[in-house]
Amino acid sequence: MAKTESTFRNMALALTLIALAASTCLGFVYEFTKKPIELSILNKKLMAIKQVVPEFNNNPNEEMFRLPTGEGDSLDIYPAKNNDAIIGYAVNTYTKDGFNGNISLMAGFKPDGTIINISVLQQKETPGLGTKMTELTFKDQFNEKNPSDFQLKVKKDGGDVDAITAATISSRAFCDAVQRAYNTLQKGELK
Amino acid sequence: MNQLQNFSKGFIRENPALVLVLGMCPTLATTSSSLNGMGMGIATTFVLVGSNVVISLLSGLIPDKVRIPAFIVIIASFVTIVDLLMQAYVPDLYEKLGIFIPLIVVNCIVLGRAEAFASKNSVLSSLIDGLGMGLGFTMALGILGAFREIVGSGAIFGYKFIPGDGILVFILAPGAFIALGYLIALVNRIKKT
Repeated sequence: MAKTESTFRNMALALTLIALAASTCLGFVYEFTKKPIELSILNKKLMAIKQVVPEFNNNPNEEMFRLPTGEGDSLDIYPAKNNDAIIGYAVNTYTKDGFNGNISLMAGFKPDGTIINISVLQQKETPGLGTKMTELTFKDQFNEKNPSDFQLKVKKDGGDVDAITAATISSRAFCDAVQRAYNTLQKGELK
Repeated sequence: MNQLQNFSKGFIRENPALVLVLGMCPTLATTSSSLNGMGMGIATTFVLVGSNVVISLLSGLIPDKVRIPAFIVIIASFVTIVDLLMQAYVPDLYEKLGIFIPLIVVNCIVLGRAEAFASKNSVLSSLIDGLGMGLGFTMALGILGAFREIVGSGAIFGYKFIPGDGILVFILAPGAFIALGYLIALVNRIKKT
């Protein structure tokens, strides 16, 4: 096949056609993957909620509401209900004090403020050190503790939390996020 | 050059990561575990095969002076397709690889193969070249990732078989450079014999 000459008309035509074809293809792929992407994001959220609150039979995602943190921001709260009785709240909380940027957690609380379980949604901590916050040995020490008598601070700072070895900053950040969730719930007067 | 040689050159003789030393950014950044490295390699393979085929099909129609922008548009489309598909069907891997999936667009291997091979060869040869190069890249990333995972965290494919912490430096960026250096030395040794 003879090479197309590089005249202005040919160049403009070739680029336009390629761009048109490419955008058409992308449009189809976008439409095709839109549903699965939404579904997988939703599933991930529901999985995290299921991990941190007891068995529920409502749809926490639809009953989600927001509460202000008092720092000019608000947190997403997912109420878990069993036959219309509130059995817990899953709070999507965050901290800005991570070693490498924000950490996002899903923390489950009983209506009286006791922590049920915590699941890490997103973190960029140092692999092998700060990432241990996702392991049970660290995060399960919070379970069944009530922040009203359990100081959410690492032992070095006079609190009750066993920090991860060599990752005090990440441990502090984790406590900060849980504390923020607890404070927000208490301020929202959810009893 | 027959097609078998064309396919197998990507593994040792012209391995993109270990001999041509192209695409270092994903090579170093995504190989903290074997599965991550191989996932990255397979995503790159898909883009390489797709872009090689389309570019060799269109090479007669694209005027020489605008070939680079045309190639980039084609490559970027394939990368976006991979990006959306991975987000939809393998969200866990997608999250781990993060920004490095969209960054396949600027991976030198992809544009390098388009310019050096696909635009001058037949569709079949380009397909085989893309497949061989992509799988060679996947192999290099898989080996590098496996080595770093074993030494760094005492695990392979996510299964821990050595208790304890491992040598932390191999999980971090400097360890990637060290491991890659030894791997390149090893490949050079193999090539000489």
